[in-house]
Amino acid sequence: MISKEEIAHVAALSRLKFSEEELEMFTPQMDDIIAMAGQLQEVDTTDVVPTNLIVDEVNVFRNDEVEKMQTREELLKNVPETKDGLIRVPSIIDKEDDNQ
Amino acid sequence: MNFETTIGLEVHVELKTNTKMFSPSPVQYGAEPNTNTNVIDFGYPGVLPTVNKEAYRLGIMVASAMHSNVSPYTHFDRKNYFYPDNPKAYQITQSEFPLATDGYIEIEVNGYTKKIRLEEMHVEEDAGKNTHGTDGYSSVDLNRQGTALIEIVSKPDIATPDEAQAYLEKLRQIVQFTGASDVKMEEGSMRVDTNISLRPIGQEELGEKAELKNLNSFNHVRLGLAYEEKRQTEILLAGGEIKPETRRFDETTGQTYLLRVKEGKDDYRYFPEPDIPGFHVADSWVEEIKSQIPEMPDVRRKRYVSELGIPEYDANILTQTKEMSDFFNETVENGGDAKLASNWLMGEVNAYLNTNKIDLLESNLTPENLATMIKLIKDGTISSKIAKKVFQETIKNGTEPKAWVEEKGLVQQSDPAVLVPLINDILDNNEQSIEDYKNGKDRAIGFLVGQIMKATRGQANPKVVNKILLEELDKK
Repeated sequence: MISKEEIAHVAALSRLKFSEEELEMFTPQMDDIIAMAGQLQEVDTTDVVPTNLIVDEVNVFRNDEVEKMQTREELLKNVPETKDGLIRVPSIIDKEDDNQ
Repeated sequence: MNFETTIGLEVHVELKTNTKMFSPSPVQYGAEPNTNTNVIDFGYPGVLPTVNKEAYRLGIMVASAMHSNVSPYTHFDRKNYFYPDNPKAYQITQSEFPLATDGYIEIEVNGYTKKIRLEEMHVEEDAGKNTHGTDGYSSVDLNRQGTALIEIVSKPDIATPDEAQAYLEKLRQIVQFTGASDVKMEEGSMRVDTNISLRPIGQEELGEKAELKNLNSFNHVRLGLAYEEKRQTEILLAGGEIKPETRRFDETTGQTYLLRVKEGKDDYRYFPEPDIPGFHVADSWVEEIKSQIPEMPDVRRKRYVSELGIPEYDANILTQTKEMSDFFNETVENGGDAKLASNWLMGEVNAYLNTNKIDLLESNLTPENLATMIKLIKDGTISSKIAKKVFQETIKNGTEPKAWVEEKGLVQQSDPAVLVPLINDILDNNEQSIEDYKNGKDRAIGFLVGQIMKATRGQANPKVVNKILLEELDKK
């Protein structure tokens, strides 16, 4: 059983805030989803080699060649607030996570 | 009670590529904010990342140079975290099946050698850069977002702060020789995270560890670890316990300070990256890359000592960077005497580079010109004093030394047919000195040599002058 606390924790990791009613609603929903996926556990996988590759392709790389795709102006169109070409966001408290 | 220290290092190295790890945006330091970005870096819906071949190639190169086992297929994972330096809200990295596993770096420290084993190394993308304003806002520049990195994770085999520093120096040297990165800590192309723990000697289980941040140089790593070793020992001896925490090194006090206590494990919710299905890495390609690894510094160093007769210490300095070592090799291949080439590179050349704050390859000196100049010194064409003049000219302007020496009339005068009459002239004009010499005053010789040098504008070969002068004096 998934708990309400776990739902609140996952929401917090994604910076989402749910009301008490929403938590009450989402918790059983999430539980149902996990139970459905859990059906996979019923399959007997003894002696089955793990599948690491789902396609049998070799060296599917992109060559290291610069391609200019969009201009800054185009890219910043969907940014709520900008200043001098930078994206403005509410002050970040946890500065120590920078450059991780 | 006695304790032993266990140190593990995680090193991020920026790979030298034209484009990003998963997008064709240019990688270029100092560009206008957010101009080196595209919809993939911004994480717009529906975009697809693709794996940069050159980044992977450099990764294989580094892994092979460190004796690691390259995985026969690719696998990428998502590391989820919510932070404005990455609008995707996840980093594409390799967690489950990294680019390579195992391997080692051999270090030499305080007279002993030791193999530091590696856990694994993987490629991943860098995050953007935040700057924090005082007006309640932070600013985000995504130019760095997506830049290719390789992270090299050691096993906890490092036992002292000195070993940690030696490990980092060696790691930097190996990566530098592969050409995979500039590996400059001051420019952020090499970043170090450290974990340190203590345990009573004989105990199997590792002690609780602290993580150190803000280590901007190898020296700070060593000092930070040494302080942390002392701090943890004192706490344990007093019966206290080490808490899992992140600490910051302060370079002004040389101490570490608590940043935050780690509560629970980081919750990154890794899962396989669905946008980049894994694929086979061709064996033939891996073999081809392995065959292209340049000769490593240790091999070069040993060869310099055994084949070229260069002292161990000098050989060590010459192999600090690939540029220096290649330059030395080419100078010797062009006929420059190895010992002289080594002396000039470590002495005058380094001094010039330091004074002018440039790298060897930014100067106008070529191995051909250095070799020519050394040959001119060796065969007596120019004196070592004149050589300094020639050197300044050739390193500044790339001038060919032989032609320049001839054009400027700097060729050393060694011809007795010229020097004998000249010396006799000077002796005739300085009879007092001859008398002084006969009376055993050696000072007279110095005076006479000075006169000869003055008359030849410093171009007389001092060895030849001394010989002729003594012969002529004895005839008087």
